[in-house]
Amino acid sequence: MKVVIVVPVFNESPVIYKVLKSIPKKINETSLVDVVVVNDGSGDDTLSEVQRAGFVIVNHAINRGLGAAIKTGMEYARKKRADIVVTFDGDGQHEPSDIEKIILPIIQKKADLVIGSRFKKSKNVPMDRFFLNWFANFITFLFYGVATTDSQSGLRAFSGKAITLIDFKGERMDFSSEILLEAKRNNLKIEEVPIRAIYTEYSRKKGQKNLNAIPTFTRFLVRLLR
Amino acid sequence: MFTAIQIFLLAVVIFAISRVYLRLKEGVITSRMAFFWFLIWIAALVGVILPATTTRIAEFFGVGRGVDIIVYISLALLFYLVFRIYVMIEDLRHQITYIIREISLSGSSKIRKNRKRSKK
Repeated sequence: MKVVIVVPVFNESPVIYKVLKSIPKKINETSLVDVVVVNDGSGDDTLSEVQRAGFVIVNHAINRGLGAAIKTGMEYARKKRADIVVTFDGDGQHEPSDIEKIILPIIQKKADLVIGSRFKKSKNVPMDRFFLNWFANFITFLFYGVATTDSQSGLRAFSGKAITLIDFKGERMDFSSEILLEAKRNNLKIEEVPIRAIYTEYSRKKGQKNLNAIPTFTRFLVRLLR
Repeated sequence: MFTAIQIFLLAVVIFAISRVYLRLKEGVITSRMAFFWFLIWIAALVGVILPATTTRIAEFFGVGRGVDIIVYISLALLFYLVFRIYVMIEDLRHQITYIIREISLSGSSKIRKNRKRSKK
């Protein structure tokens, strides 16, 4: 089984080298692990840091948003005929050992889309993050009918079937909920696996801004009403 | 006899109609779009030349004055146009992203090759 790990990055030069080097080169029950970094128009030294780490780069000439970067990574994985795609944030928020945990249900053919949930067994979650996520989960349930404990998680795994069928249009943070809708629309099996989130001052600064919720929600509504 | 404001508004409406005609002739806008704008500006023209018409329409809708109904209709129309423009901008964003994605995917191997070359 071939696994492609997609790491979207935007101005992550202080941490990206360390994050990339921490990603496992081998994962149990898989034959090949291919890491692709999607540089989403970074204006700092991210590109040279990724090159120093020696990873494949797909480079967006200008910033197009997290959703667009993930979609580019998935397109790359499709071309490479990946059996499993994992999305992994470049800000150091995820525990690399969780990758193995989230791909296990796909290997065992129990799920097509696995969400690494930061809130399923939550500990030390900042209050603002907790409420923001609760609101996003509520909206996802209200409009898309998908119940989840972490609709905005950056650590996800897609089966080959999911890679082919899921087609989302959201280019910024709004794509996260759309992935769940697409999975539901295509009758894909969704599973949640508890993961550990590493909240550092850096990852908090780089993650979703609380005020981003308003434009994200507006875009979400426009897409529904158009 | 026309009042000063009527003459000014007439000039604006005629100018707007001429712009719609020219853009249609150039093929910048579709005939459907031109029809929509002609309709809007001709309605404005009628309102300017025969202000009593707007009062009659206002009475029909149960609104006090002719000017009020124009303001209400204009507001609704503006909101709709803003929404259409927002959707159009979103479509443009998607098209830009598509181009960026295609370029990035065709160039990903080149970046890797260049990196190997620079190491040598």
